[in-house]
Amino acid sequence: MEKQLMKGNEAIAEAVVRAGCKFFAGYPITPQSEILEYLSWRLPEVGGNFVQSESELAGISMVYGAAAAGFRAMTSSSGPGYSLLQEGISYIASAELPCLIINVMRYGSGLGDIFVGQSDYWQAVKNGGHGDYRSIVYAPASVKEASDLVVFGFDKAEEYRNPVTLLSDASISQMMEPVELPEMQEHNPDKFEWSLKGKGEGKARSITSVMYFQEDYDNYIAAKYKNIEKNEQLWEEIETEDAEIILVSYGITSRICNEAVELAREEGIKVGLLRPISLYPYPVRAFQKQKNVKAYISVEMTALAQMAEDVALACKMKQPVYSLAGGMEIFEASDVCNKIKEVIDGKAKEVF
Amino acid sequence: MLKKKPAACFVDNKYCPGCGHGIINRLVAEVLEEMGIYEESIGAIAVGCASLMPETFAVDCIQAQHGRAAAVAAGIKRCRPDKTVFTYQGDGDALAIGFSETMYSAIRNENITVIFVNNSNFGMTGGQMAPTTLENQKTTTTPRGRNIAETGDPLNVINMMKDLNTAYIARGSLTNNANIMKTKKYIRNAFEAQQNSEGFSFIEILSPCTTNWKMDPIKAMEHIEKNVTPVYELGVFVERGEKNA
Amino acid sequence: MEKLIIHKESCKSCRYCIENCPKGALYIKGDINEKGYPYVSVDHEKCTTCGICYNVCPDYVFEIQEREV
Ligand SMILES: Cc1ncc(C[n+]2csc(CCOP(=O)(O)OP(=O)(O)O)c2C)c(N)n1
Ligand code: SF4
Ligand code: SF4
Ligand code: SF4
Repeated sequence: MEKQLMKGNEAIAEAVVRAGCKFFAGYPITPQSEILEYLSWRLPEVGGNFVQSESELAGISMVYGAAAAGFRAMTSSSGPGYSLLQEGISYIASAELPCLIINVMRYGSGLGDIFVGQSDYWQAVKNGGHGDYRSIVYAPASVKEASDLVVFGFDKAEEYRNPVTLLSDASISQMMEPVELPEMQEHNPDKFEWSLKGKGEGKARSITSVMYFQEDYDNYIAAKYKNIEKNEQLWEEIETEDAEIILVSYGITSRICNEAVELAREEGIKVGLLRPISLYPYPVRAFQKQKNVKAYISVEMTALAQMAEDVALACKMKQPVYSLAGGMEIFEASDVCNKIKEVIDGKAKEVF
Repeated sequence: MLKKKPAACFVDNKYCPGCGHGIINRLVAEVLEEMGIYEESIGAIAVGCASLMPETFAVDCIQAQHGRAAAVAAGIKRCRPDKTVFTYQGDGDALAIGFSETMYSAIRNENITVIFVNNSNFGMTGGQMAPTTLENQKTTTTPRGRNIAETGDPLNVINMMKDLNTAYIARGSLTNNANIMKTKKYIRNAFEAQQNSEGFSFIEILSPCTTNWKMDPIKAMEHIEKNVTPVYELGVFVERGEKNA
Repeated sequence: MEKLIIHKESCKSCRYCIENCPKGALYIKGDINEKGYPYVSVDHEKCTTCGICYNVCPDYVFEIQEREV
């Protein structure tokens, strides 16, 4: 397969089609809209269904129905629209159905703004909806990775019968990069015993919260997520081997950190980068294997240093955790380097 | 005339004595069975007393979120157009929290059937005011009777829907044998419309909530005859073939 | 010949059937079923197996079967 230059959102949308997804329902919002626009013509080409729903609430509800019918189904949104998806995500998780949700993060609470941000970390990773569930969350740092994680996400959603969230951001989704698209695959919705298809001669199926019939539900559901936490941690490490300071960063900010590592290394500072790819489960194993680390710096586009909490938990607070946080202005690699130096000089205040 | 409960009603239902849901469950099951599509059908079941249904109704079902059954059903039907897909919803569900999902399914003329149970209150949560609650009707949130100066008028959704491009819309009741037979005919027409891909079909059914009305079942049926039917007129409002012609 | 069967354990005593039976063939004696409701009984002499009670009952109590001869 040859490489082509594609915009993040379009590569994501094409990967959705190639993953065998035949159903999308969603509502326009910047910076997600190209996904919706692309699928509006592309899905019908492959015999799929595209619905521009009257709201995100309706869109995720349609996805819930389509997923219950065994189809690969997805929706995408941003900011306030992502908030409206939460009811449906909780129901989909409660019924143990697979589906893919894409949040192209913009910045701020309330209406916020359409520029890049990472301030939906808590909502996406810790559960925006009610009750005991988790969504598996993947954060791509390039257009190529975004498109790969779409297919991987659908597979994991089915493996664990659980929603998967692709946490993109306005930069990754709007930039043009070369990408090698995944192969086209077909999905058979009848392969699942549980998918709604009419009872036939068998017993009627009831898609509803599994707590109504699952024996020993509390332990069952706890074990399900423990298992995901054990097996599904994904991360990338750059120059962490001898690193005394490790930057922790995901998505678009990890690329800035990448540059910062190079700059700092040129000055002889032993810096590395730990880039979580799965945000849930958080890659705690990556922290436990670090030998030389003296401090972590969580670098993220949130005013409240949302991910820093997870860094502190992951290193069990054995090292101090600092943060470079905020999204009103995009950090440059030099800002990151300055932070590193402040930490070394003891001028920075740790957050944990 | 031989009579036997339909196979879908395989165990006793869990509704209160005299509740209309039991009759409506049976009518839906009879129609699906008589049309030979009961094993091919899928129901999106609302939150409310409707959610007592899946356990006692042997059709493939999904528990929709409160209000969203019509959107959930649309998702299923678009993926599986050869299956019969219906919703089963109360008035709080379909017209309060789910007004938008219900109306937009009608606006898009989704090829689904909505079974809409109007019992003029929120049954499951203890009898609060619903959009359909009658003027001056006492509920737990209108203890002095519904004051339409504050709440607006009782919602006649069929009036809002009937000018849309839909396949079939009717309103029936359960107050006597003749009305029950008519309601069954409406339900049959609705499913036939769907089978022929005619589009959206909507059956509203005036139904007693004996428990929250605090009425003896016979009195509750009399109340529907005397007070509810004049507000929510019975009959067919969109005939098959009338639109989309 | 047809016969009306009553599944008395399903009866919730709402009386719709009694109210609607054109022959006055149904009545509640006062005996209580396992659910705790005084259930309906039929006077077969009066019943014409018209099926109305089946139709108005919310609880699937009635069945009309072929009577064995
Ligand atoms: C989002 C949400 N809000 C509120 C509720 C609580 N709730 C459950 S059932 C119900 C009302 C149901 O009334 P109706 O749709 O009229 O059905 P009925 O019980 O009368 O058949 C409400 C408000 C809920 N389950 N979900
Ligand atoms: S509360 Fe009302 S609607 Fe619900 S089962 Fe009882 S009578 Fe029926
Ligand atoms: S079948 Fe007809 S006559 Fe017989 S008990 Fe029922 S309603 Fe009465
Ligand atoms: S209608 Fe059915 S539930 Fe009601 S009293 Fe008669 S037999 Fe019993």
